[in-house]
Amino acid sequence: MTQQQTAGPPSAGHADLAEEFLDRQTPLSRIRNILHRYPALSPAIVLLIAVVVFGILNERFLRVENLSLITQQVAVVGTLAIAQTLIILTAGIDLSVGAVMILSSMVIAQLAVSNGIPGPLALIAGLAVGLAAGALNGFLVTRFRLPPFIVTLGTLNIFVALTLLYSGGSTVRGSAMPPVLTWLGSTFPIGPVRISTGVVMMILLYVVVAFILGKTAWGRHVYAVGDDKEAARLAGIPVSRVLMSVYLAAGAVLAVGAWIQIGRTNAASPNAGVDLNLDSITAVVIGGTSLFGGRGSIWGSLLGALIVGIFRNGLSLAGLDVLYQTLAVGILIIVAVSIDQWIRKVKS
Amino acid sequence: MTMTEFSASHTATREPILKARNLVKTFGRVVGLDGVSLDLYPGEVLAVIGDNGAGKSTLIKCLTGAEIPDTGELYVSGQQVHFKRPQDARVHGIETVYQNLAVSPALDVASNLFLGREERLPGLLGSVFRMLDTKGMRRKAKEELTRLGISTLQDVTVPVENLSGGQRQAVAVARAAAFGSKVVVLDEPTAALGVRESNQVLQLVRDLRDRGLPVILISHNMPHVFDVADRIHIQRLGKCAATITPQSHSMTDAVAIMTGAAKA
Repeated sequence: MTQQQTAGPPSAGHADLAEEFLDRQTPLSRIRNILHRYPALSPAIVLLIAVVVFGILNERFLRVENLSLITQQVAVVGTLAIAQTLIILTAGIDLSVGAVMILSSMVIAQLAVSNGIPGPLALIAGLAVGLAAGALNGFLVTRFRLPPFIVTLGTLNIFVALTLLYSGGSTVRGSAMPPVLTWLGSTFPIGPVRISTGVVMMILLYVVVAFILGKTAWGRHVYAVGDDKEAARLAGIPVSRVLMSVYLAAGAVLAVGAWIQIGRTNAASPNAGVDLNLDSITAVVIGGTSLFGGRGSIWGSLLGALIVGIFRNGLSLAGLDVLYQTLAVGILIIVAVSIDQWIRKVKS
Repeated sequence: MTMTEFSASHTATREPILKARNLVKTFGRVVGLDGVSLDLYPGEVLAVIGDNGAGKSTLIKCLTGAEIPDTGELYVSGQQVHFKRPQDARVHGIETVYQNLAVSPALDVASNLFLGREERLPGLLGSVFRMLDTKGMRRKAKEELTRLGISTLQDVTVPVENLSGGQRQAVAVARAAAFGSKVVVLDEPTAALGVRESNQVLQLVRDLRDRGLPVILISHNMPHVFDVADRIHIQRLGKCAATITPQSHSMTDAVAIMTGAAKA
């Protein structure tokens, strides 16, 4: 290295100066670099501030029952956010997550109640529905090279229609279902706290997906494909196969989400969850995952889902109208994306 | 190296590592390559220059498996090969650094070096749980960078986008050098770089050559070409107009041959 410093032409000295000037770090750019390195850090800070502020505003907020309620309220969106994160990491977006989950939940409930199929088999059928939906999305994205936004906008409508056609628009009540279907709505005590099995299932999914994304070659390829598809292809990564597997994995997660949803609402309703697709995108975006792909952390999405749940819960405890909750979530989204844009400017 | 020494070292006593004979590639009515032959010997830097549309890229693509030539033969270490895709060339030890598309920005240096050929942990953790050997890959990445003399890149956990253009190019070159056992092909490696960064990359090219790894360098930049190349293959109108050396010809001569103003 010393050799080439002396070997450089005379103008190299000026270039050095210019580059040093560009490299100089201000405190702000240092913060940016840290946030850039740990994408879950900014949502973690927001979550902490929100908890403190709402805790001061209303002493009921920090009570164990209330915190447990918040986690139960975010269990479904938090699960959908896992599927959404996987797809957004590949620079895609999935508008059909809510519709797939509802379709899967209706199939599970109808098969068990109307067709008398045993609960576990009905759940497996629900998983098959999730996988089939994922396969359809993945096929259209990889084979026809259609933008994921358009593909899932189309399949969103298709799945909503299929759900209504299949269910005849009627809700299946939890009391009519085999117990295994509503099992994720049950709670169990740990000390004074009642923990929901649905929340445990969601956290379990996060742990599994975090492991796969962080510790396996597949996870690394998901990031690489979202980061720069062409660079990934030239590095020898089978891009289409990775994309297809991401949509399949998302479909499987959504089927588990369907199970959690049945437990949480103690019913399977074809009209539930119309805007869950947007809620899941909100959680992912607030969680610091970039809509441009290749950047983000699965834990950030859990934090994002919790932040939305905490804002809704805290604002309603503070006695504010539901309108203000929606307003706050809207502002959160824009702030989160602005921060993402700012973070992405690191030395570009 | 004088002219006589040079030609002495490249006579029939040495077998070319990569040998192309009469490559022809047409795109519809357009003739991209019109019977091009090329030899790459061990331990040399062969520059390929030519005007736009002269067939430079097509030649390189045929050598690295990105395009399949219509006719003509390709030999690696004397053995005939037929590349159908870039992976085929890679299997034969030919690594290519593509212009601007070299690395995955959000991934760190070590992940980029091993991208597409990650190593798993030994035992059950690797085979059943498919866990990556992150520590091992980082250690090897560091060793590889040290071996290449890339001392500015000691922290292999930095995302590549935090690096300067020259350092990014160094990562891409290091990846090629780490896995390219026979030939490294660099497509315009200094095109987007500043003066100091270009010098770093050129030094890296020299280091590769000194380690015995032959390099094919595609470049528009005449000073860079004349700085590092041992021989220069000049493409013109789909043919090899001449193969010269920096000693036998000046830059002006090379440009004249490239544009057809002079014959070799």
